[in-house]
Amino acid sequence: MAESSEVKVLGAWPSPFVMRARIALNIKQVNYAFLEENLGEKSELLLKSNPVHKKVPVLIHGDKPICESLIIVQYIDDVWSSAPSILPSDPYDRAIARFWAAYLDEKWYPSMKGIATAQGEEAKKAVVDQVVEGFVMLEEAFVKCSKGKPFFGGDQIGYLDIAFGCFLGWIRVTEKFNGIKLIDQAKTPQLLKWADRFCQHPAVNGVMPETEKLAEFAKILMAKMRAANPPN
Amino acid sequence: MAGESVKLLGFWCSPYALRVKWALKLKGIEYEYVEEDLVNKSPQLLQYNPAYKKIPVLVHHGKPVVESLVILEYIDDTWKQNPILPEDPYERAVARFWAKFADDKCVPAMMGAFTKQGEEKEKAVKEAQENLKILESGLGEKSFFGGDKIGFVDIAVGWIGVWVRLTEEVAEVNLVDAKTMPLLNAWFERFPELPTIKECIPPWDKLLEHNRNFHKRLTAGST
Repeated sequence: MAESSEVKVLGAWPSPFVMRARIALNIKQVNYAFLEENLGEKSELLLKSNPVHKKVPVLIHGDKPICESLIIVQYIDDVWSSAPSILPSDPYDRAIARFWAAYLDEKWYPSMKGIATAQGEEAKKAVVDQVVEGFVMLEEAFVKCSKGKPFFGGDQIGYLDIAFGCFLGWIRVTEKFNGIKLIDQAKTPQLLKWADRFCQHPAVNGVMPETEKLAEFAKILMAKMRAANPPN
Repeated sequence: MAGESVKLLGFWCSPYALRVKWALKLKGIEYEYVEEDLVNKSPQLLQYNPAYKKIPVLVHHGKPVVESLVILEYIDDTWKQNPILPEDPYERAVARFWAKFADDKCVPAMMGAFTKQGEEKEKAVKEAQENLKILESGLGEKSFFGGDKIGFVDIAVGWIGVWVRLTEEVAEVNLVDAKTMPLLNAWFERFPELPTIKECIPPWDKLLEHNRNFHKRLTAGST
């Protein structure tokens, strides 16, 4: 398929998963149309492009839909294969990046979501501890992957930077709402610095929502959830 | 790159280790197999996979790779003969999509049909059937997910064909048959008959016995 075919991203501004697709396209300097979905009322295009999951993000390249954020990022790297590369070139480094990205989505993200839904202080503390434990492992991973450079990907933002960094807005909102520090100087000093660098990167700063705006959105979302599922 | 140290830490009836065995076999890669005792995990396993403490672990030149789908991609990246993933970027994305769908949606429901009872079991069976039907749409009329020959999805998902039959037998449910899912059913029969694939699958009787015992232990607590 011609690289120059039209590119669209179906998404929603608060979604970290949608952000992954947009950051990857920005890194490759690919022009795309961003179609904001109203997740309360999904568009025909979304339902047609992602009939299996009916979720964002969807990348539509020409007439072909690609679903699942990490799959989209890899697709972008495959199609727009000129530098900068998103995935590392060495197969072992790739495996490490893929491992941590999968860990983030399968193990870490569910516990992160669990902070908002935990019932009672003790339960909340247990989940927070789990999340922080994950960050400590990621701090170690950062040291190994970055090899002294600014990002997991080295000099440039790479696959794992994107996979992890997209959550920073929500991490900051969670810290704010709960009066805690999840990424902090004591346990995860490298990640703390990396987080700032990531958010300021030109491929990121246009698509990372401001913490305040995200916090407002989160309040509305939580109110809706509470209304739909009142306790006992 | 031939003849260098490749080790696989596995468990004889783990479908996730089976995926890796298939990939290594298809590429003609020689390796040392280490059977892990999952009740008493070896220091080696804990050292190689501290995050999950699970098999399979592929160790190449002393460096561990964990998580079976990550291992499959690593194998394909490292040994270029008999490619597992398609070359075309869109086809690759589609292959990755179906492998993830099977793991995220089909497998948990299938496990639920095996481990649960009563109403929960019925719900799990229905969910498994629905998701397997969706999986079938990814196969379509092709002989294999990879087309005329097997590819990434076949290797990643092929074990489900065997485990569906085990679940049906042990948990006494019906998940996939020629009437409801003719295409998937045919692939369930076609794939394990391929010689390279068949060689790696543990004997049916052994698998059945192991799973029956497991099922008994799970359901023993309730009357």
